[in-house]
Amino acid sequence: MTGTDWPLWEVFVRSRRGLSHTHAGSLHAPDAEMALRNARDLYTRRSEGVSIWVVPSSAITASSPDEKDPFFEPAADKAYRHPTFYEIPEGVRHL
Amino acid sequence: MNRVPVPAALALGDDALVLSHRLGEWAGNAPVLEEEVALANIALDLLGQARALLSLAGDEDELAFLREERAFRNVQLVEQPNGDFAHTIARQLYFSAYQQLLYGQLASGEGPFAPLAAKAVKEVAYHLDHAEHWTLRLGDGTPESHARMQRALDALWRYTGELFEPVEGVSADWPALQDGWSAYVTDVLRRAGLTLPEGPREGAWTAGAGRQGIHTEPFGRMLAEMQHLHRSHPGASW
Repeated sequence: MTGTDWPLWEVFVRSRRGLSHTHAGSLHAPDAEMALRNARDLYTRRSEGVSIWVVPSSAITASSPDEKDPFFEPAADKAYRHPTFYEIPEGVRHL
Repeated sequence: MNRVPVPAALALGDDALVLSHRLGEWAGNAPVLEEEVALANIALDLLGQARALLSLAGDEDELAFLREERAFRNVQLVEQPNGDFAHTIARQLYFSAYQQLLYGQLASGEGPFAPLAAKAVKEVAYHLDHAEHWTLRLGDGTPESHARMQRALDALWRYTGELFEPVEGVSADWPALQDGWSAYVTDVLRRAGLTLPEGPREGAWTAGAGRQGIHTEPFGRMLAEMQHLHRSHPGASW
């Protein structure tokens, strides 16, 4: 049995309540339950998290580097889309 | 705080120390990287428990590194060699089920081990969860994994009777412990499609005098490896 026989999983960790899950890395595991446990051991052993998601890497559809320009460049010169025209109140973090 | 009974601290501490060292032997040898980290995490939890317990009994380094084999009070189950992965999991299932029930009792009591047990019982719940999940997968996996898991459970069965011999200074309800353990192990093995091993767990033909300092042959070699650095370089530090 080698690690490459097992499917790859992407791990998302929520570090604190109120924050969203953030991609932490990936790992191999035979199934979802074991992937959760492996994620706990690999990515939260220094108390980095309060919640974990695991997703089969094969279930992720990613944008391709070839499509970078049509996907992202048109947004570059549209400053009016950025919420920079009003003050963010002190108490609102992580916006 | 109540006075700590030294023989009890030694017995529980040696269980944790010896199993921790055995699990540590997987570092660099585990079948996959993820599992290596999982086993190392369990080993480190146990090492933490061992340090706390042995510190109650005396100087932790002296106790770990300078005692002879006959002075160790761990049960013989924890000193059994890692064998294949199934043996490691079977040993962990048997021991963590015992440890969780014992620490659960100690944590709800008022004895000197209550604070330590309250912390350890959460760690042990994860060790047991890990062993249970692997037992289910190996038992219900391929014919090869099923056969190996059954072989491991059978081979280690004779060491499980010793777990329920009362330890001097540990105030636990030992018959209840044994009943809870049997019910749990029976249920997990049934769900995994495995057979509860037969054969005696107590009496003349079973193993188990670790609590009296009698150990099995592989333990001496394990101790030699564990202790040689400290004995060759007394007082060395990082």
